[in-house]
Amino acid sequence: MVDAAVLSDFSKWLAATSLSHTIQTAGWIIPALQTIHILCVAVLFSSAVLVDLRIWRLLQRDVPLPDVGRRFLPLIWPVVAILLLTGALLIIGEPRRSLLNSTFYIKMALLAFALVLTGLLQWSLSAPGFWERDLGRRMAGRLAATASLLAWGGVIFAGRFIAYTQVG
Amino acid sequence: MQPFSDLISYLESSSIADNIRENDLLFPLIESVHVLAICLVVGSILVVDLRLLGVASTRWPVGRVTGAILPLTWCAFVVAVASGGLMFISNATKYLGNGFFVAKMVLIGVAGLNMLTFHFVGASELPKWENDRRLPLPARLAGGVSILLWVAVVACGRWIGFTMQPG
Repeated sequence: MVDAAVLSDFSKWLAATSLSHTIQTAGWIIPALQTIHILCVAVLFSSAVLVDLRIWRLLQRDVPLPDVGRRFLPLIWPVVAILLLTGALLIIGEPRRSLLNSTFYIKMALLAFALVLTGLLQWSLSAPGFWERDLGRRMAGRLAATASLLAWGGVIFAGRFIAYTQVG
Repeated sequence: MQPFSDLISYLESSSIADNIRENDLLFPLIESVHVLAICLVVGSILVVDLRLLGVASTRWPVGRVTGAILPLTWCAFVVAVASGGLMFISNATKYLGNGFFVAKMVLIGVAGLNMLTFHFVGASELPKWENDRRLPLPARLAGGVSILLWVAVVACGRWIGFTMQPG
């Protein structure tokens, strides 16, 4: 477990770097980074929702599930790279806002869970009929799809709540 | 404009608006729903726009992409308008005085016009070319303009938060 004092010191050090200083002083950088960050979330969340709704057979029923997965899941990973980069720059700009905030760690845990689940879904969809072989598989697929929807939704909620739960 | 300002002050003094202002949890919750809905609107419209540009989903005819995606877009849009409306009435006068808020509303209007123009003019001969990878210029233009408009909508939305303090 990382000590709160260590995190506080690290935040102080980070906030004193010249990169952090630049991000803090130019007023347009943080909203611009947040805009790119939200656009990345939009792509990731929408891709996950479209695949999850297809697993639930609520959308694009006439397209085979592996085709829907191939269309929306592989492109997630380059977008994740931009998401993490803009997120890291936002932390460098305002370290205390996230590093000393438990909501931030909830968001990271949910994000890690959502990404692992998305990766597993992508891998499983490359085997034709993986989630459609029998009733058990179909139910498991729907469970995974629901977990994915909740995890991504949780990431968005936690992300917004970081702004309301920061310590001084 | 008297009826309009009467409506604004009526909304702002309503008990719903009062609750959103007074309750510490309500505004962030509504805002989170709004962000979630906007993410779905923008992400799903992007799927259609990239098809119009010939960049992605090119194996599927345009009509099938719009038929599969746009119902989801509209559902999310309704949620975004409802949650956005609740945030708006909690501080209507301040929002109306914010340039980024006004710009965001105008941009959403232009995005709607772009969509209608494509639907009624650009897509009038859709069956002729909807299977092509490379679509006619008006269709590609509609897709490109839509992406730019929605990126600008998200940017304005974020800038509202930095140029006005709620409460």
